[in-house]
Amino acid sequence: EGGHGPYQPHEPGYGLDQPGYSPYEDEIPDAQARMLAIKNAKAYLLKTSTKSGLNLYDHFAAILTKILDEQPANTVDIIETISQDVKWAQFRKKMDTLRDEHLIPPTFEAAEKCKALFIKEAGEEEHEELDEEMGEPALPNVMETAFYFEQAGIGLSKDECYYIFLAFKNLISVQPIQTCRFWGKILGLEMNYIIAEVQLREGEEEEEREEEEEETVAEEEKEMGEGEEEEEQKEKEPEPPKSAYKPPPEIPKEANGTGTNKYVYFVCNEPGKPWVKLPPVTPAQIVCARQIKKFFTGRLDAPIVSFPPFPGNEANYLRAQIARISAGTHVSPTGFYQFPEDEEEEEGGDTYEENPEFEPPPVAEMVESLAMWAHHVKGILKQGRCVWINPAQKSEEDEEEGEEEEEEEEEEHQEETGQPLLTLISEDEGMKNIPAWTAQASTNLIPEYSIAILQSNRWPGAYAFASGRKFENIYFGWGHKYSPESHTPALPPPAEAEFPSEPGITEAADPTVEEELAFKAAQEEALAEAEEEEEEEGEDD
Amino acid sequence: MEALSLPAALSLVAGGGAGLSPELRAALGASLPLLQRDYRFERVWFWGCIQGVRGAYYIAQGLGPDRAAPRSRLYSLNCLDWSLLTPATEEMLALAEEVKGRFQGDPSFEYSLAEINPEAAARLVQSGKEPVMKEEARLIATIEQIDRAVGIVPRGAFVKTPLGSVHENRHFEGLSLAEAKKLSSYFHFTEPTNLKNKTLLEKADLDPSTDFLNSLEHDIPHGKGSWSIQLEKGGSVVVLRSLLWLGLTFYHVPMTKQFGYVYFGTGEKNLDLPFML
Repeated sequence: EGGHGPYQPHEPGYGLDQPGYSPYEDEIPDAQARMLAIKNAKAYLLKTSTKSGLNLYDHFAAILTKILDEQPANTVDIIETISQDVKWAQFRKKMDTLRDEHLIPPTFEAAEKCKALFIKEAGEEEHEELDEEMGEPALPNVMETAFYFEQAGIGLSKDECYYIFLAFKNLISVQPIQTCRFWGKILGLEMNYIIAEVQLREGEEEEEREEEEEETVAEEEKEMGEGEEEEEQKEKEPEPPKSAYKPPPEIPKEANGTGTNKYVYFVCNEPGKPWVKLPPVTPAQIVCARQIKKFFTGRLDAPIVSFPPFPGNEANYLRAQIARISAGTHVSPTGFYQFPEDEEEEEGGDTYEENPEFEPPPVAEMVESLAMWAHHVKGILKQGRCVWINPAQKSEEDEEEGEEEEEEEEEEHQEETGQPLLTLISEDEGMKNIPAWTAQASTNLIPEYSIAILQSNRWPGAYAFASGRKFENIYFGWGHKYSPESHTPALPPPAEAEFPSEPGITEAADPTVEEELAFKAAQEEALAEAEEEEEEEGEDD
Repeated sequence: MEALSLPAALSLVAGGGAGLSPELRAALGASLPLLQRDYRFERVWFWGCIQGVRGAYYIAQGLGPDRAAPRSRLYSLNCLDWSLLTPATEEMLALAEEVKGRFQGDPSFEYSLAEINPEAAARLVQSGKEPVMKEEARLIATIEQIDRAVGIVPRGAFVKTPLGSVHENRHFEGLSLAEAKKLSSYFHFTEPTNLKNKTLLEKADLDPSTDFLNSLEHDIPHGKGSWSIQLEKGGSVVVLRSLLWLGLTFYHVPMTKQFGYVYFGTGEKNLDLPFML
């Protein structure tokens, strides 16, 4: 009852602790009635709610306990949320087991996969001996590259880099790889791609080519078999007229190990997931990829719905973009690579070798002048290949079918020449007033340890660094080229025109018998008149 | 992202390949607290970096007690010396829409409007100004556009008090994993425009203290949306990347209070988005 006091005479509450004078007293003066009122109030607070089974009394007790335990600041402002939390805490215990089972799989599965990367294989020692025989280690030093790019602010987090490093180790132990390199990362809508650029050992490539040839031969045999059946059926029915349309000849893809297919690419969505090999790229895919702009979803088998229709699925589109990016942005310091001396440069050779006499220029020069960098990947022609091929040259089978006449009628394909290998990047065209490349030094404060960084403006996300004899290219981005104008998709071709109207095929009513007779009479009259005129003329003479 | 949690946050966002060099990180660690002291901000956020052709702009934002009030923005070319930017005006925003192409990297560069939009140039000449747009003004307008369009926060992270001001919710414990994968759990941190358009049923479920902003579900294009949601690091971080402004990355660690967004990009809107989906 008397909660305050004892008050001193000079305090404002003096006298309020006496019974009968407290501010709350004036409501229920009688002690008995007050006790009853308190009991009623408490009974009301103890009433259990019909909905939740809680009662206000226990709830208040829990809230006050929590507040006095934790003593947060400005409690009165957050009292409602505290109340909600206390209520929520009641439910947690009941639903605990169910929730735990649901949440465990996704997060921890992935953690298990990452952990699996760290496990050493049992046969490690044998692998190490083999590596010494082979010469240079195939495993790229991803962490070293990541360190250099980090000086420019480019790159993934250290953890992710290390996972990728270990994933490469797995790749090398599974596939017969001669050299391999971390090409970069392409982002997608649902998942991303981590890409490895690889050169397989020579024997392995030939085996694959044989497998591919066997497959194509088998397919041709199947087609022949089906064709024969169809012909038998067709002989029974009158054949509809065949269209005279011949599609333009398909440009053959470049052989494995040359041009756009010089390297083989493996991708995975995340380090720890299995590596998938991308198929070689065909010129038709590159030509089409130049005309469309699509986000990658992250699933290699996703279809690409576009116009012009892309000949392939996402794996092919990814491979085509990788080829374009490599051709456009893989650069090295000028002079690092040179043409081998025995090959003539006129052939547009595809091979290059390291120049043992290369002297790295100082970083300041590499940043100032773009002539210090050169492409070491051949550019892709409009045809979609690195080396131009004349599609009018047909195989012997076609010639036997008597199409020589048609060959002459086709337009002459102009030979396309691209820039030779090892061109300086200073000759790359810019777009409007934007140069094709931006060069910077990594730091201006400590010039003796800075490195030269190149950023491509045509393919945003492509970077290159050079420091002394070390250099590297990498790509982090969405996989699309930069265009100053908005992307305009190709328009569909105009609809087929109707056959032109000629008198020979326009409908006309047949002349009736009367009209024919009248026409005949008119003709005879005209003949008679002409004879009379001639007779007259003859008489005049 | 919060200046204080910058290092941890940058490693969470690094999945896109963009980040800051150690030199810049160290410089930010030194200069952002000084900004807070000089301008008396309550919070300082590192907004991100816009790549120009010849250089990059690094942007920081300072917030006062009301987190939804217009923010002060500062830019720097080297993360050490910061200059305050004036607030964006509607006129600046309209002009910036016309100017296309990369930023040059030089704040005093002037875009000649006569080539781009003769009408706007004529209007400017009539009102007595030169028909040019300075790169600094374009920068201000672009940052404002990006914040309005794709600056996002998780649901429940901010509460609105009855007086109208917005504060961080100290009881925000993070979204659960299931919630974090849904677009409706994230809000645009700007003036809401379509809250009133919701049906009565939806409005009944809303909590006025936390649901006072637009959610991401209604971002055009409908259906697929303009966001890519991914779980990285084995599901321990949810990363949202905007497809409309390529380079905006938002991260959130579910069941914790950590979240933030940062922009590393060229400062150009991706107008080809409908063709690319």
